[in-house]
Amino acid sequence: MNFYAVAAIYKFEMARTYRTLGQSIASPVLSTVLYFVVFGSAIGSRISDIDGINYGAFIVPGLIMLTVLAQSVSNASFGIYFPRFAGTIYEVLSAPMSFIEIVMGYVGAAASKSIIIGLIILATASFFVPLEIRHPVWMITFLVLTSVTFSLLGFIIGIWADGFEKLQLIPLLVITPLAFLGGSFYSINMLPPIWQKISLANPVVYLISGFRWSFFEQSDVRLSVSIGMVLFFLVAGFALTAWIFKTGYRLRN
Amino acid sequence: MVNTETKTAISIKGLEKVYPDGFRALHPTHLDIRSGEIFALLGPNGAGKTTLINAVCGIVNVTAGDIEVYGNNITTQYRKARSCIGLVPQELTTDAFETVWNTVSFSRGLFGKPANAGFIETTLKRLSLWDKKDQQIRMLSGGMKRRVMIAKALSHEPQILFLDEPTAGVDVELRKSMWDQVHELRSMGVTIILTTHYIEEAEEMADRVGVINKGELMLVEDKKTLMKKLGKKELVFDLHQPLTDEHEELTAMKVHSAADGLQLIYTYDTLKENNGVADVLDCLNRLHIRYRDLSTRQTSLEEIFVSLVNKK
Ligand SMILES: Nc1ncnc2c1ncn2[C@@H]1O[C@H](COP(=O)(O)OP(=O)(O)OP(=O)(O)O)[C@@H](O)[C@H]1O
Ligand SMILES: [Mg+2]
Repeated sequence: MNFYAVAAIYKFEMARTYRTLGQSIASPVLSTVLYFVVFGSAIGSRISDIDGINYGAFIVPGLIMLTVLAQSVSNASFGIYFPRFAGTIYEVLSAPMSFIEIVMGYVGAAASKSIIIGLIILATASFFVPLEIRHPVWMITFLVLTSVTFSLLGFIIGIWADGFEKLQLIPLLVITPLAFLGGSFYSINMLPPIWQKISLANPVVYLISGFRWSFFEQSDVRLSVSIGMVLFFLVAGFALTAWIFKTGYRLRN
Repeated sequence: MVNTETKTAISIKGLEKVYPDGFRALHPTHLDIRSGEIFALLGPNGAGKTTLINAVCGIVNVTAGDIEVYGNNITTQYRKARSCIGLVPQELTTDAFETVWNTVSFSRGLFGKPANAGFIETTLKRLSLWDKKDQQIRMLSGGMKRRVMIAKALSHEPQILFLDEPTAGVDVELRKSMWDQVHELRSMGVTIILTTHYIEEAEEMADRVGVINKGELMLVEDKKTLMKKLGKKELVFDLHQPLTDEHEELTAMKVHSAADGLQLIYTYDTLKENNGVADVLDCLNRLHIRYRDLSTRQTSLEEIFVSLVNKK
C-alpha cells in the first residue's frame, strides 16, 4: 500500500477545499437557512406534523442529504476532472499507485468535505428546530456511506465528462431531481400508491429514509433495505471504477 | 530500491502503439537503455518520441510488446518499475495555484517517499528555485515552471529520468546550466533519456543517440561512432577573388562554390580510402585558383539526422 501517495492526494484535495473554504461552506449554509425560512417557518407552520414529527425537524435529514449528495458529486467530479483538463493527471498516472489508492485519495477527500458540510448544516439546523438524534452512530454511518458512494459517482462522472458542460449536466439533470423526489421534503407514504412504487426505483429514497430513521426512528422503507441499497451502490460504483482503470477509459489512450 | 548495477536500465521489446483512433504511432520497437547513460532520442515533430516515453511511464496503454525497468515489468510490477522513474513531460502542466514547495512535496509523496524537507530544499536550491518556494506556480515564468517540473521529477530520487524536450522555450544561459545539471545527475548514477529537436543538445550531452521518424526507430548508435560512421567532412577554401566562371572540372568533382563565389566547398567521406582531397588540391593548382585559407569541418549530427530522415 502506497500510503504516502494516498495522503499526498488527500492533502492536495483538502488544501483546495481550504483555499475555497468560504464558498465551500457559505453557500450550503445559506441555502439551508433559506430552506428553513421558507419551508420550515413560512410554509412549515401551516403543515401538520408528519408521522408525529414537526415538519421543520422532519426536513432536516432530507436537507442534509440533498446538500451532501450534490456536494459529493460536484467535489469529486471536479477533483478528478480538473487534473485531466489541465494535464497534471500525467503525474498520478505515472506514479506507483494502484487504482484503489488513487480512488482513496480523491474520493476520500471529496467525501470528507461532504461530511464536514453535512455536519455544518446539521449544526445550522439545530438553531432553527429542536433536534434529537436517536441513533447518532447510524446517523454518522449513513452520512459517511452516502458521501463515499456519491463521491465515487462524482469521480466516475469526472472521468467520463469531456467538457465542463457535461460535468454540470449530471448533477443538474439527475442528482437534483432524484434528491428532490427522494423524499427530502415529504414522506413517500404521502404519495398515491402508484407513485410510491415508482419512488422505490429512486436510490435516493433509501438514503434519505435510512438517514431519517437514525434521527426519528421513522422510515419509509425498512432500515435493512436502506443499508443494503447503499452498500449495493457503493459496490457498483467501485466495480465501475475498477473497470475504468483496467481499460484506461478516458484516462489512458 | 532496485539494483542499479544491472547493465540495462530499460528494456523495450517489440513495443507497438496504435492510438484508439487507429493511428499507428510506433512500429515494433526494440531498445535497451543502459544504466547510467544519457540517451538522446532525436526525431522530427510527430515522430513518436513522447509516445515512447509515455508508454514506458504508464501514461498510455501499450498495444503490444514488453517493457522492463531494471527487470521489473511495467504492467505486472508497476510499483517497482514506476518508483525508479522521474518524468518531465513536454507540456508545462502545473497546478497553477499550488506553491512550488507544495507541488514538489506532493510529487515525492505520490511516488511513495516519506517527506524529506532537506532533500527538497537541496533540489530546489540546485535548480535555483529556493527563493521561489512559497510562490504560486502561476506567478513564475515559463523557464521557472520548467524547472519546477524538473524538481517534481527529481523529488523522489529516481534512478531514471525522462526529459521530454527539457530545453524547449528555455534561454541559452539556462539551457547551458541545465546541461550541466544533467551531467551532474549522470555522475550521480542517474540514467537519463531525453528527447530534443536541438541537435546540438544531443551532440553536447548524449552518450548514445537514437533517431526516430514516423514511429520507427531508425538507428541507435554511440554518438561518437555515429559521428564517425556517418560523418562527412567539408573542405572549405576561402578564395582571394570571387570565382566568376564555372569550371567543369570542379563541378565534375562535386566542388561547389559558396559565399558569392568567395568560397569553394568540397564534401567528402572520411571513411573512404580515396577521399579525393588530393585531386581537388591538384585541380585548383592547375586552374590557378588561389586561396587564402583552407579549413575542414565535421558534419554535425543535424546533417546526419536530416539525411536519415529524408532517406525514408
Ligand atoms: N492521443 C492521441 N491520439 C491519436 N494520435 C496521437 C495521440 N497522441 C499522439 N498521437 C500521434 O502520434 C504521433 C506521435 O506523437 P508524439 O507526441 O509521440 O510525437 P513526438 O515525437 O513527441 O513529437 P514532438 O516532437 O512534436 O513532440 C503523432 O502523429 C501524433 O499525432
Ligand atoms: Mg513530443
